[in-house]
Amino acid sequence: MKRRDYAVVGTRPLRHDAADKVTGRALFGADVRLAGLLDGFIVRSPHAHARILRIDTRRAAAFPGVKAVVTAADFPQGPDRLVDLGDGPVPLSYVRGNILAGGKALYKGHAIAAVAAVSRHVAEEAAGLIEVDYEVLPCVLTAPDAMRDDAPVLLEDLKTNELGQQSDRVSNVALHFRHVLGDIEQGFAAAAVIVEREFNTASVHQGYIEPQTATALWNADGRVHIWCSTQGAFAVRDATACILEIPVSQVKVTPMEVGGGFGGKLAVYLEPVAALLSKKTGQPVKMVMSRQEVFEGTGPTPGSHIKVKMGASKDGRLTAAQACLAYEAGAYPGSMVFFGAMCVFSAYDLANVVIDGYDVVVNKPSTAAYRAPGTTNAAFAVETVVDEIAEKLGIDPIDFRLKNAAKEGTRRADGPKFRRIGCIEVLEAMKSHPHYTAPLGGPNRGRGVAIGFWFNIGFPSSCTISVNADGTVNLVEGSVDLAGTRTSVAMQAAEVLGIPAEDVLPTVADTDSIGYTAMTGGSRTTFATGWAAYEAAQDVLRQMKERAAMLWETEAASVKIKGGVFRARGRAMTFKELAARLAETGGPVMGRATVDPQGVGGSFAGCIVDVEVDPETGRVSIVRFTSVQDAGKAIHPSYVEGQMQGGSVQGIGWALNEEYFMSRQGAMLNASLLDYRMPTSLDVPMIDTVIVEVPNPGHPFGVRGVGEANIIPPPAAVANAIYRAVGVRLRRLPMNPPAVMEAIWRRRG
Amino acid sequence: MHAKIHVRTTINGDPVEFLCEPRQSLLECLRDILGLTGAKEGCNDGNCGACTVILDGRIVNSCLVLGVEAEGRQITTIEGIARGAGLHPLQRAFIENAALQCGFCTPGLILAAKVLLDQEPDPSEERIRQWLANNLCRCTGYDKIVRAIRQAAETAGVQA
Repeated sequence: MKRRDYAVVGTRPLRHDAADKVTGRALFGADVRLAGLLDGFIVRSPHAHARILRIDTRRAAAFPGVKAVVTAADFPQGPDRLVDLGDGPVPLSYVRGNILAGGKALYKGHAIAAVAAVSRHVAEEAAGLIEVDYEVLPCVLTAPDAMRDDAPVLLEDLKTNELGQQSDRVSNVALHFRHVLGDIEQGFAAAAVIVEREFNTASVHQGYIEPQTATALWNADGRVHIWCSTQGAFAVRDATACILEIPVSQVKVTPMEVGGGFGGKLAVYLEPVAALLSKKTGQPVKMVMSRQEVFEGTGPTPGSHIKVKMGASKDGRLTAAQACLAYEAGAYPGSMVFFGAMCVFSAYDLANVVIDGYDVVVNKPSTAAYRAPGTTNAAFAVETVVDEIAEKLGIDPIDFRLKNAAKEGTRRADGPKFRRIGCIEVLEAMKSHPHYTAPLGGPNRGRGVAIGFWFNIGFPSSCTISVNADGTVNLVEGSVDLAGTRTSVAMQAAEVLGIPAEDVLPTVADTDSIGYTAMTGGSRTTFATGWAAYEAAQDVLRQMKERAAMLWETEAASVKIKGGVFRARGRAMTFKELAARLAETGGPVMGRATVDPQGVGGSFAGCIVDVEVDPETGRVSIVRFTSVQDAGKAIHPSYVEGQMQGGSVQGIGWALNEEYFMSRQGAMLNASLLDYRMPTSLDVPMIDTVIVEVPNPGHPFGVRGVGEANIIPPPAAVANAIYRAVGVRLRRLPMNPPAVMEAIWRRRG
Repeated sequence: MHAKIHVRTTINGDPVEFLCEPRQSLLECLRDILGLTGAKEGCNDGNCGACTVILDGRIVNSCLVLGVEAEGRQITTIEGIARGAGLHPLQRAFIENAALQCGFCTPGLILAAKVLLDQEPDPSEERIRQWLANNLCRCTGYDKIVRAIRQAAETAGVQA
């Protein structure tokens, strides 16, 4: 589609599921009600690291109202093997081990056993009767500690993959990889200024308000039906089938409305357990996590230890950049460090780069993706070092970034060469925004900027569109809707069909009812499922042209369509008029498409933030915030702004407050929404947005995907703003009042 | 099992009777006994506001109220604020301003905002932010929510 004067794309229709969402009628995971429904409850380890010596479930099983108890012994037993659930091959024992612990508990909150009973209260009471004998082991909680030779070992069969070679030594380091570009020694030799810093960032949680929940019915015919709150219905189907060793066709997943995910609802936790309990009882079983379980039992995003060294010439060109990223994977390998390494320097056009990544297991919950996973903490390090270099050279921080910005043709250290990207356009929009030159308006205030890159993903999506006699269409998709994607997908079909967005009626289907569709994640849904909708709509048009040709007794090839009107031989018919005549021309029309798009376009984001620091308490207030992002093409600008505002505020929380505050014994001491303090409405100002549109040449409408890059810049920008306010550079997250005060005191001497 | 208690209350203007265990929260009673699942459980300890309902004109976290405390009281839930076929002005304003993404916190936020506007028809941005501080939203960053409530206030002001 060449034209840029779209009828639907770029407008702001009301979202299709709005009425359900504002009236309380929308059904989320925990709202499932089925006849004979039992409630499940999970027993969790009180220790961060312990050998499980004995589990005695007899008293619990005998408790009135209890219907079944399961442990890891109820999984199908067989030799371990490698399975690929979308993140590369991993041992099945690790996947299962995180769902119900086998020989060892690897973090406080690790699931050990589960009970199904007639009510949640009865299940909880009975769970208290399960006796578990533990041999408590020393725990290790940070990447640097876990990498020491004398560290307690979590997984006794884990050996380091060292630069592509499998080593023989048992270790907590699952992976060490390196990206190299150019000649790093030469690069630093050419530098007039070199800055080298170390950073520590705490584990943070995605913080979705809806806890994980799953309901399962293992039916008498052998089929397992799951209703759950997930970012990927097919991912749940495949993982559950794999863990339970049944064919994927025997699992049907009905995705319910999802109360936020941000990457945290990609993995399965409860689904296989609910299925096992249902198999034992013959009844459906519902499991709902408490908030404490969400914090202690589901993936936070990794804490990290990062070293960054960068050099620049006198005239402000970056000559070399080196990073060492050691990320905490939690109890099992897979810390997102690989993603961090893909993005850490990718906003810059660099000739000489070395990036080392370490994936390190520690006694914390197994980590999960969180909005541009692995990248926000890496950008915190790089973007504060860049700020320091610009300052040393006396160059404006945006000008310095513009001088070094990645552009079309820039080679990334991890391999790919950029196609058309919007890094420069984002920086220019920041520079020309009135916020950048506005007066600060008070003492102890400072302004900071930062930018970030996220690559976005493609992956398969499926879509069907059937035409109704009244000229509307029903669109069925496999992408669960976390934030209005029913509408951004429907709008792309509407644009092709030449009908209003309201005339496309979208439905998110279960896994039996639509073709395979990858998860809602990686900023992919509006991009990839939108593309599937575009193709399915083209398929509808092809068939509709044939119908028009039939009515007009001409060739389909001679029928032209523009703006929803079919024309041939001087005759014309609207989409609506033709839709009313399908019955007389051969029956229903249904378009379909599956896509696996390769033309993913990365997204750049930047922000400008003003802070005020209270020099007596160390409290940092966000005074003004502007978020800028390249959307490629904003299909529904309101929901693009919403992504930018939401990601920005999550980034502010990460910057200032949020952390897993751990005891030395590995207990999270702030596992509630009171003590794990996410931003409230009172903690943030209005979030101004600027949508930059540098179309992605790899998408019919130029979409890049906007869900993630916006979270990357805020922590670094806040750190840079704090420096300008009170003269201290912070190199740990969160930058909470104690951290800020400590830095201020250190500076005062 | 505990002996159940008979509770007589008023929900969304209608007289309602139910049996509940003494330990069950109002949230559990609404959701599990009465099927009013618009109130959501996000934390079960009063810190997220997703279970907000209106009890005798005041907003409460229904997870912190016992079901038996509903005896003789007036409760309004998200299911009850639209009269007839239309939507409440706040519901409309949330939709028009794209003030929701996942929608999980939305019922609680709309009910909290309703009590604010019932008491203070023209609240400032600062007042709205202060009032909503017990209702966490992780998706929107609050910007569009604050705008929606301002719009609802202004629309009501014009109509009044």
